[in-house]
Amino acid sequence: MTTRYTKSHEYVRVEGGTGVVGITDYAQSQLGDVVFVELPPVGERLSKGAEAATVESVKAASEVNAPVSGEVVEVNSALADSPGLVNEDPSGKGWFLKIKLTDATELDSLMDEDSYRAFLKAVS
Amino acid sequence: MSDIQTAAAVRDLVRTPLYDLHRALGACMTGFAGYTMPVQYPSGIVGEHLFTRTRAGLFDVSHMGQAILSGPNAARRLETLVPGDIAALAPGRMRYTQLLDGHGHILDDLMVTRLDDEAGRERLFLVVNAAPKRADFAHLAAELPDCALTVLEDRALLALQGPRAAEVLRRHVLPAAAKSVSAMPFMAAGSYAREGIFLDISRSGYTGEDGFEISLPAAAAPGFAQELLDEADVRPIGLGARDSLRLEAGLCLYGHDIDRTTGPVEAGLSWSISKRRCEEGGFLGYEQVKRAIEYGPSRLRVGFLVDGKVPAREGAEIVTLEGETIGRITSGGFAPSLGRPVAMGYVDTAHAAPGAQVCPIVRGKPLAAKIVPIPFVPHHYFRGDR
Repeated sequence: MTTRYTKSHEYVRVEGGTGVVGITDYAQSQLGDVVFVELPPVGERLSKGAEAATVESVKAASEVNAPVSGEVVEVNSALADSPGLVNEDPSGKGWFLKIKLTDATELDSLMDEDSYRAFLKAVS
Repeated sequence: MSDIQTAAAVRDLVRTPLYDLHRALGACMTGFAGYTMPVQYPSGIVGEHLFTRTRAGLFDVSHMGQAILSGPNAARRLETLVPGDIAALAPGRMRYTQLLDGHGHILDDLMVTRLDDEAGRERLFLVVNAAPKRADFAHLAAELPDCALTVLEDRALLALQGPRAAEVLRRHVLPAAAKSVSAMPFMAAGSYAREGIFLDISRSGYTGEDGFEISLPAAAAPGFAQELLDEADVRPIGLGARDSLRLEAGLCLYGHDIDRTTGPVEAGLSWSISKRRCEEGGFLGYEQVKRAIEYGPSRLRVGFLVDGKVPAREGAEIVTLEGETIGRITSGGFAPSLGRPVAMGYVDTAHAAPGAQVCPIVRGKPLAAKIVPIPFVPHHYFRGDR
């Protein structure tokens, strides 16, 4: 299992060709209270960097981009009734969608946990 | 998530006297009107919002412009630039009004408090919005050369808002003043001595709740703010909840709901124009304002109650059930007190009737919404012991 991060604060946790995508704890803390998450339909094909979902916090609407290319194989239906899971447990119960990777080498262009931590230090 | 603002981007911004306190309280800071301001504290916007509605919230609004306009005839002179009845203000009373341009459009909205006269000069305390404050003051100075405009650069401004605000504040002024602070009705103001400084307190605010705005020397502000925050009934509130609170209260945000393209009548602010001003005129933009009052404006600011959970925000187009575009949202979001999205915006007057079903377009899809009277949450102003 490997977890990779984007500069726009999404994560993808990959296990056996499928990645769980969500936003980082830093991202949720910056967004504040999440009130709605718009998720893509299962089966949608996303290319790396394309808009995958929209998070509505009390403050604003923000785009969530696909960290890697692939097909959406599952979305977190629990977010419909409990969007606050994104704030409470962003890397666990607050995940957004699962994506079947088309090109695992795309992961190489993303940050590992140590690099992401260093990146956060630099931006905050 | 590329729109997250980094600390580097806020480095050049102006700090209010409470900057260190905000950081110590764990605020998430953002750039607003050239200032670095707290958007939210660790408890989050919803928590802060609900706390203000049930107890009391402390807001740093020191970025707003404060000034004193004085002159032998300052009230009548200011009336040449605003449609509000300033001449009728007794000392210690305040009024909401707007600076208008020659087209009857709004340059800014402001609070005007009549202070006691001094040496035969009338004195008005003005509080204007942060972003247009320099332009406002330049406009006032240019249009009213016979008056003196003193910009109060070294004053902080705090707002204490919520049902517990009055009982908290009375504990923090001199005992002799406590009773008069509590008895002060909405839109009244006074100056209260406290440990060698003067607090200029008004019973006003931007949340729809009972509450106060307190102007005080910048140097004294952090200590006084901390003292209020030491009360269990008071928590710090950021700009995020300030926005959701004023939205629920149906209050206009300058630069969004009102600006240089909107007039006071279509904005639903005719209540702030007295009969005398309307009949006598004598202010910039009078012709346009009078025409709008007599014939009715072509569009009107209304409230929208949005079905479902998707917030409809500023810029969203409003269409009828038949698909005809009738207006646009000027501010909107999630209303924490109602647990649902609400919005305000302008629609063609023919479609502005309460109860009408309309569709805000969000990300290309129509949502279901209904035009409703504003405020969304009733005001709880203290009108005095009657």
